[in-house]
Amino acid sequence: MMKYHHLNWGKIHLATSDVRKKIEALVFVSEVPLKTDRIAEILEMKKGDVRKVLLEVQDEYTAADRGILLEEVAEGFQFRTRPECSEAIQQLVKSRPFRFSRPALETLAIIAYRQPVTRAEVEYLRGVDSGGVFKTLLEKQLIRILGKKDVPGRPLIYGTSREFLEFFGMRDLSALPTLKEFSDLASDIPEIGAEVSVAETLKVEEQNEEI
Amino acid sequence: MAYEINIENFQGPLDLLLHLIKKNEMDIYDIQVADITEQYLAVIDSMKSLNLDVAGEFLLMAATLLHIKSKLLLPQHEDDESEDDELDPRAELVRRLLEYQKYKDAGETLSEMSLLNRDVFARKFQSQELVVGHEGDEMVAVGIFELVDAFQRLLKETSDPYIHEINIERLTVSDRINSILTLLSGKENIGFLELFEEKPERSIVVVTFLAMLELVRLRLVRLMQNNRCGGIWLYPAVANDEISPFELGEDSLGYV
Repeated sequence: MMKYHHLNWGKIHLATSDVRKKIEALVFVSEVPLKTDRIAEILEMKKGDVRKVLLEVQDEYTAADRGILLEEVAEGFQFRTRPECSEAIQQLVKSRPFRFSRPALETLAIIAYRQPVTRAEVEYLRGVDSGGVFKTLLEKQLIRILGKKDVPGRPLIYGTSREFLEFFGMRDLSALPTLKEFSDLASDIPEIGAEVSVAETLKVEEQNEEI
Repeated sequence: MAYEINIENFQGPLDLLLHLIKKNEMDIYDIQVADITEQYLAVIDSMKSLNLDVAGEFLLMAATLLHIKSKLLLPQHEDDESEDDELDPRAELVRRLLEYQKYKDAGETLSEMSLLNRDVFARKFQSQELVVGHEGDEMVAVGIFELVDAFQRLLKETSDPYIHEINIERLTVSDRINSILTLLSGKENIGFLELFEEKPERSIVVVTFLAMLELVRLRLVRLMQNNRCGGIWLYPAVANDEISPFELGEDSLGYV
């Protein structure tokens, strides 16, 4: 009985190791974080199974203490170097990384946590004009225009982009660090202007896609 | 003032106020408005070469502080409590300060994360072969920046303008719209670059680009790309047999 069980286990492992190799290779070659849907389509597998294998591979890399890790970012998987290797790589690539100014970080944080948000709302929170910062963030493609708000003047509404998730290594927006609440007082701040409903946002996004 | 403050270090009036409150070890819920206002005004006084726009924002806050202070000095009506519970004129300011502090901290937390191309790196392929589209590849809508990029690249490639040449026969946007539709008919998609000749004239590039945007606006064409760096493709937005060249007056498009 024991023997039979052992044999059977060996077989299953062989089958998955073949798939595992292919999945690993696909993620390796992909230029952008590779989605499980895409892998499932190519290998004709179930999405859930692909994900299971990916998470196994992820664990292996983490445990093996290698120079690269398999990370789940922007709803896909991507091989990335370990943070402790950054200095060496910076010398190799020689391109200076984009440095965030404090205004840029502040603004990006407000947009990330409060999206969809208009520029006026951000400026009220920051107490300063933020036009320049918005321009930079748009150019870096960290934020994008989601559409227009249905209030007088139809101001543009902004949100973070897929590149934002890639840049900060987040799987999705739920991976944003929780905001530190300083007190109950802070939470009952009246909303600035009416909320844009999710349905509305989706509608404007749809329109946007056709551009 | 015992300490010097460099105004350049502050992102705005809220930032400066927070700094002053911390420096004085004040309770944020019990701001000594007189002290803070005095220090705040001292800082503003010391700002000499300040650009006007920033100064305006700092001055607005100064006015707000003085307004709060004056409100605090006024006697309160005892029998007036049926009004809103916001008896303390400082409440609104405190709320804004706390909210600002929250996002300022969040920004710092964000910058401590493992950032791509600073702390962590992913492989990048510049080679076009990997980017070329295959059937069934995931297509995403083209963003405005990609479109502008593509347009600018094209303009750089355009042939040198002839000097003193007068184009008698002007290519119109509606002409190009129809020729793009003709190109598209019977096809599943066409590449953005297929719209142009080898070395197109600048005017042709502009007119063609306008025609393409017009088609998108008319919902006849969708612009898609495989991924951020991929080529831009035009897809018919309606069933192929429905597209047929049609008459479009230049006037109706607004390019006369």
